[in-house]
Amino acid sequence: MKINQQTTENTLTLSLDGELDASSSVLLDTELTKPEVLDYKKVLIDCQRLNYISSAGLGVFISHLQRFQDANVKLVFFNMQEKVHNVFEILGLDALMTIVPSEAEATAI
Amino acid sequence: MRDFVSSYLAAYGLSDLQLNQIILAVDEVVANLIIHANHEDESQFLDLRLTVDDQVFEIEIEDDSKSSYQPSLYKEPDLQEHIRIGKKGGVGMTLVNRIMDRVEFTTTGTHNVCRLYKRIV
Repeated sequence: MKINQQTTENTLTLSLDGELDASSSVLLDTELTKPEVLDYKKVLIDCQRLNYISSAGLGVFISHLQRFQDANVKLVFFNMQEKVHNVFEILGLDALMTIVPSEAEATAI
Repeated sequence: MRDFVSSYLAAYGLSDLQLNQIILAVDEVVANLIIHANHEDESQFLDLRLTVDDQVFEIEIEDDSKSSYQPSLYKEPDLQEHIRIGKKGGVGMTLVNRIMDRVEFTTTGTHNVCRLYKRIV
């Protein structure tokens, strides 16, 4: 699992590359826990190269969502592969999180 | 483990979605057993046995642990509550239960077996 970062004044984009499972989700948790993440208005998660997600990866997003909402930071997923989106759907997380098809739509939110 | 299940199922022409679901369900059980049965001790082992019989995928996952998972204690998670309190865990078995057609846990002494069944088309 690799996490690439890109920033603009208001937006932090994290591009996930690889498989987000019980061991690699620790990396993501460390990134999202950093206090400076809350300095942005939006955190975009580019899922194009995210090939796999397990409950541990979902748990990282679940556990940060309220903290983001309280700080008025939007968390938006985009470019999600169908098989990964399906895992969000199985739990009903697609209704609780913001998932859009493309980067353009994520940027427009 | 994921590669093992994936290469075993390669011959069955599953869709990406279904293959991913089965791998995920197995991964969730194995991750739980590594943590709760083997206590993340790398010298410990789990045994996996897979078959496909009459279009039904079956996997047995065995551990040797004094503690065993109690499916009767399972509760459906309240995701909004998980979000509110920032809870990290507790949705793995939900995925397993929703993906698989049948999930069984049996214990004989310190020998635990989890069996997962899924019809594949």
